Amino acid sequence: MTDSFPQILRRDPRAEWIARNRLHPLHDSVMAANGAEVRGPSGLLRKNPHVIGFIGPNGIKRIDRANTSSGLMAGKKRSSTTQDVELPLHQVIDPTGYIVVVPDMVGGRLTTHDKDILGLGHSLIKEYADNMAVVAVCFGESKETQFELAGVDRLIHLSSAEYEGFSPEARLAALQHIHQIYQPKHWLFPDSINGGTDLASRLSARIGERAAAQAWQVSIAQTVCRGASASLDIKRETPRILMLLEECGNAINETRHEVLPLTLDRFEMTDTRIEDNGLVDVDPNAVPLAEAEFILSAGNGIHNWEQFHACAKALGATEGASRVAVDDGFMPRARQVGASGTWVTAQVYLAVGISGAIQHMQGIGQCDKVIAINTDAGCDMVKRADLAVIGDSEEVLQALMALANERKGVLLDDALPKEENHVA
Amino acid sequence: MLPDVKVFSLLSIGRHPQSGRARRAEQDARAVELGLTLVGRDLNLVHAGSAQQDDSVLRQYAGMGLPALTLLEQEENADILPSLAKFLQNNQAGIVLMGVRAESGESSGMLPYLLAEKLGWPIVSRIADIVDIKEGVADVLLALPRGQRRAVQVALPFIATLDNAASAPRQTAYGSGLRAKIEVVSSESTVDDLTLNWQVSPAKPRPKRMKVVKAKTAADRFKAATAKLAGGGGQVLKEGTPAEKAQAIFDLLLEEKVIR
Repeated sequence: MTDSFPQILRRDPRAEWIARNRLHPLHDSVMAANGAEVRGPSGLLRKNPHVIGFIGPNGIKRIDRANTSSGLMAGKKRSSTTQDVELPLHQVIDPTGYIVVVPDMVGGRLTTHDKDILGLGHSLIKEYADNMAVVAVCFGESKETQFELAGVDRLIHLSSAEYEGFSPEARLAALQHIHQIYQPKHWLFPDSINGGTDLASRLSARIGERAAAQAWQVSIAQTVCRGASASLDIKRETPRILMLLEECGNAINETRHEVLPLTLDRFEMTDTRIEDNGLVDVDPNAVPLAEAEFILSAGNGIHNWEQFHACAKALGATEGASRVAVDDGFMPRARQVGASGTWVTAQVYLAVGISGAIQHMQGIGQCDKVIAINTDAGCDMVKRADLAVIGDSEEVLQALMALANERKGVLLDDALPKEENHVA
Repeated sequence: MLPDVKVFSLLSIGRHPQSGRARRAEQDARAVELGLTLVGRDLNLVHAGSAQQDDSVLRQYAGMGLPALTLLEQEENADILPSLAKFLQNNQAGIVLMGVRAESGESSGMLPYLLAEKLGWPIVSRIADIVDIKEGVADVLLALPRGQRRAVQVALPFIATLDNAASAPRQTAYGSGLRAKIEVVSSESTVDDLTLNWQVSPAKPRPKRMKVVKAKTAADRFKAATAKLAGGGGQVLKEGTPAEKAQAIFDLLLEEKVIR
């Protein structure tokens, strides 16, 4: 029994009590059995210094001189590795209804906003006290691996080419089809600039349901929405379609969910009147630092500044800097990242020669992926980084620039017609 | 050369975020600005609302360089959609510009979508610019989050909402605004009876979410309270040539799609 639960310490309170009480008649035998006190051949008390103490939860040896825990605990080692706890599985069998969530999936992953809304879906179901399932509808490529932990009971993943990029009309057609087939109790959308609002408004106009925008307090009966540029609270009946503000609900964190795929049979695609011509190149340094997607940031470890600027240009990254680089006059103050500079939200933050002062780490707290190039393997930035490269920054940047230029050349070659290439 | 298309900018009464006074709505003013750059003084300004109210805000729009504007007369709390749709259809609008959300009222941002649905036109939301209009097709630049832009082609007629990334509105001239002619068009009002049951109150500050530490033991709680850096999960590359290291970084950049 104890073997199957190695993390549970079995205590014997009586033996501990005897061990504490030196006058107890059984004290000697208990201590001998525990191996704590040994008499030598001459009758002297022999103490083995190596068995004193126990290994604490952090893996550090602790000597309990105050004797607050019993002598019996001494011999036993607490395993410092915490075992991954399998969360209980929340199953919905033969759901009577659906609450459909259309997450933004920025960068192919669920955002915290999306997770809050999935959580809200479950709290609504709890209020209804009904056997309903939360369905997530995802468009395009998905990199999310944790749907089951975010509270997705059913998943409709539409990944075909027509939903890629900017495709509101195709997505609307799909949602309309889902609406016809599954008749969801509620449609929940994030009220965000990442496309949630747009899609929700389109669906609302198409199916003729009056939506509630900027909702932040939702129960099954009533919804509180912000109005008049967030100066009013409007309390109204909860409609079928909701556009929800951030932190409108609590994300799921105590259950696992099934993520069963729901199939969608073929349906007629309406002809599209909006044609996507792809993303347009923007000057990365014209993008405000606070909302730049990809930042190449320089610190004290940069010596070749021309190369740094060239690298940022080749990679198409927005330039940032640590306080030292700014104070030394290599970068303008507006480029400073961290406390007394800008708090950035980049998806990828590439820190070159930045050791990671706490003021700087605060500024990059919201970054998704941090890459560090540094000569010091023990610095805080390397600890924070998802990928750290130890080495000379100049050489690595040179190689990185070469890779970027090579890729650009390949893309350019693909784009140009063959004959023209030969002429050139 | 100005394109031969009728451009309408829809106006609403804005609300200053601090003082709460009526003002030129920020995004609607951008819609007027874009309309002015597209067709100059041929731009049509339309406001649907009560004729009794103070028209100083409407005159601020006209003061951007337009001699007249149209006021579709509506009662208070009316649903302006039917009369507006009818007006736009009768006037053969080619492009209808407006802000994403009104700064007063429900500000659901649904009007452009409902108009588009009613008229059967396409809608593009959050545009930054209209680059070109050629043979009944407009090249539109969409404003995406993080300062990105997307080029899109839309067939005329269409409805567009303006993002804050669109070029800032020009200053308004008080005098020419006063001289502008306000053409009042009487139209049928439909009462929006759904809104009658709503309870409207000044916005309450939203509660801030607390950071909840899910720790079972005291040691875990202590750790959560004092831990310095999350770290530890990252990959550290010490060995290898600079080229290999750069390749590792480059692969991550490609995977995250920050390099296109």
